[in-house]
Amino acid sequence: MFEGITKSLSDALGAIGRGKLTEGNIREGMKQVRQALLEADVNYEIANDFVNRVTEQAVGEQVLKSLKPSEQIVGIVHDELIQLMGPVDHSLGLKRQGITVLMMCGLQGSGKTTTCGKLATMLQQQGRHPMLVAADLQRPAAIEQLKVIGEQVGVPVYSEPPSESTPVKVCRNALKEAEKQGDVNVVILDTAGRLHVDDELMAELELIDRKLQPDQALLVCDAMTGQDAVNSAKAFNDALEIDGVILTKLDGDTRGGAALSVKAVTGVPIKFVGVGEQLDKLDEFHPDRMAGRILGMGDVLSLVESVRDKLDEDEMLAQQQKMQEGKFTLDDFRKQMAQIKKLGSMGEIMKMIPGMGGMAEQMGDMNPDQDLVHIEAIISSMTLDERENPEKIDRSRRNRIAQGSGSDPSDVNRLLKDFDNMSGVMQKMAGMGMRDRMKAINELKDMGAMDPNASMNKKKERSKRGPVDRNTIREKRKKERKNARNARKKNKRKR
Amino acid sequence: MGLFDKLKRGLAKTKQVLQTDVRDLFKAGDILDEEKLQQFESRLLKTDMGVEAAGAIVADLREHHGGRTVVLVEIWDTVKRQLQAQLSWDDETGWDASDPLSPLESADAGPTVILVAGVNGAGKTTSIAKLANLLQGAGKTVVLAAGDTFRAAAVEQLTMWSERLGCEIVKQASGADPASVAHIGCERALETNSDYLIVDTAGRLQTQKNLMDELAKVHRVISKKIPGAPHESLLVLDATTGQNGVSQARNFSEVTECTGIILAKLDGTAKGGVVVPIRQQMGIPVKYVGVGEQIDDLEPFDPDNFVDALIAD
Repeated sequence: MFEGITKSLSDALGAIGRGKLTEGNIREGMKQVRQALLEADVNYEIANDFVNRVTEQAVGEQVLKSLKPSEQIVGIVHDELIQLMGPVDHSLGLKRQGITVLMMCGLQGSGKTTTCGKLATMLQQQGRHPMLVAADLQRPAAIEQLKVIGEQVGVPVYSEPPSESTPVKVCRNALKEAEKQGDVNVVILDTAGRLHVDDELMAELELIDRKLQPDQALLVCDAMTGQDAVNSAKAFNDALEIDGVILTKLDGDTRGGAALSVKAVTGVPIKFVGVGEQLDKLDEFHPDRMAGRILGMGDVLSLVESVRDKLDEDEMLAQQQKMQEGKFTLDDFRKQMAQIKKLGSMGEIMKMIPGMGGMAEQMGDMNPDQDLVHIEAIISSMTLDERENPEKIDRSRRNRIAQGSGSDPSDVNRLLKDFDNMSGVMQKMAGMGMRDRMKAINELKDMGAMDPNASMNKKKERSKRGPVDRNTIREKRKKERKNARNARKKNKRKR
Repeated sequence: MGLFDKLKRGLAKTKQVLQTDVRDLFKAGDILDEEKLQQFESRLLKTDMGVEAAGAIVADLREHHGGRTVVLVEIWDTVKRQLQAQLSWDDETGWDASDPLSPLESADAGPTVILVAGVNGAGKTTSIAKLANLLQGAGKTVVLAAGDTFRAAAVEQLTMWSERLGCEIVKQASGADPASVAHIGCERALETNSDYLIVDTAGRLQTQKNLMDELAKVHRVISKKIPGAPHESLLVLDATTGQNGVSQARNFSEVTECTGIILAKLDGTAKGGVVVPIRQQMGIPVKYVGVGEQIDDLEPFDPDNFVDALIAD
């Protein structure tokens, strides 16, 4: 997400960072920042304003005289980005009593129906009982789509045959139905996609708004939208007074300038972002994290949050315990991988770790998720006994495992070797403090854990006293031989 | 209504934005100074044509008219020439405007296969329905292959269209391999000796490697079943898309060797200017534009008329 804008922004800021900072090169750098924002589909006026504000602050004497001026400028850009996208408000105006009505609207193909399903999933997790209403009578099979989604989520869907109804009627009857059902406390209206210049359809939307009095009207906006995002958001806001924006399709390589523009122009907060096709891929929007992400500072907070949400804490504790006792087995390894998988794809996870975003790009064709599947298959093909005691695996067992998992015996071998190396490091790590642990992780990096092309190799351990480098050892040995020779000569002469 | 009236109607909003602003900007007798040029650049940028293309036009204006008094007609001329140059191509110049099928390659013998791809919500299924309608209107027989087996009710959506149009459709259960749908589609088209086979695919973001691989497989399967197919590989692009459109065109083209673009949803205020950098960088031409919600709101794209409708009277 946002790598594009991140990349060009960091290039631009990098140019500022090199050499001495003068008013001149700040302005030059800011010109590049402006271009980067424009290429990222940020609205023209907003990009200009942004650059002017930052430049004003950046050329101030305080910045130039500070110890690390370039860092200061990054700080200013960061703060301004947050300002531009914030403040946020994730509330959906859910009432404690009675039925809350949420209305979704937007252009065609912005992702309304899918987002309805995502919202319903989220509300359900929060213990609410949502009901979906198919108010899109226009597009063929839109009702069926919502029904399928409702089934997937496990929430009721209200619909009427499109030939004998109108959107307003559907919404009204849906509300009655929700009251009748009793336990439904949130109703989500999925309206048809419409162009903001289509007066007739906009009037219809206003009518629904007037008759139903939804507690919140949410605009669904495609993150890939260009300069036009501002126009449509403005038009919808004028017609409905929308309460929030949900930005969709942010998982692509869009630079997402729409995120910067929409908030600035309408003053309506971005509440959620859609980051995938699955129905649980709806995240809260955090401008501070997003700004950090744009500047390539990583998004550890989001990672921590999803770790907390998705990992089974007891399981993790049990495994940590095992690790500390040095009893980490292949079976535990497999369980741990299953946990990690819950977080999302490896690429997604890596993008959230500072400094690793670039690495995800480097991997290119590599598919770490695929590797995980292979590893899981191999481990699953072992007997429980073999998982506990991998040293038992001899050639015949290895062949059997390879056959069972559809892989090559050499793959099995490599996995066992990797595991052996890893468990060594882990055992070492178990007894260490935080600082030593970091060191150990670095060591792991040297071993090739972070190099997608290499399998892990155990580094040869040498005695603490001697030098580690091959060349120095050679030199040292040479010297020793020379000394010995000299000593022999000396002894000869004495005789 | 004539062919271009509709295109113009679709672009009317764009034209108004450009024209009114530009008339305010350049008044006959004024001096064309840097400030005016920058204002003009901002107008161009707002069409989503990108920094590079807009920069080229402004540079041209600066060179030819900078610092002189404004003559509206001449300025128009320069802008139009630049835009047309950016959209024109060296291969064949355009196509026969009177024949709506002329942008499409056709097979020498047997069915012509058209593969349609694009990101989620670009308007693939609707565009396919419009295209099928256009083909049927010209007396061709069409088979549709419902290859979007992923999105909920996508197959139903295309089925409804096929019923309205009265053309044949092949489909499989939701969740089936889209390549297998393409395969049966080819078989069916050969069997019934149809003129055209249009293969729908699920919307996918161009960064999703596994889904792009899946699309490559669909492409492969088609070319295996019918040599030389797909004869047309069309990318559906939402006119509201910004600079991400370039990335879409590049990545989809890598997988399906795009032969053209359908620019959908041009009836809003969006200008679809992103086709300019796409044309320049990848050479992929726009073949059709979607200018409304009705089934017959699909027009062959004509670069000259596009530019005319964009900036001239």
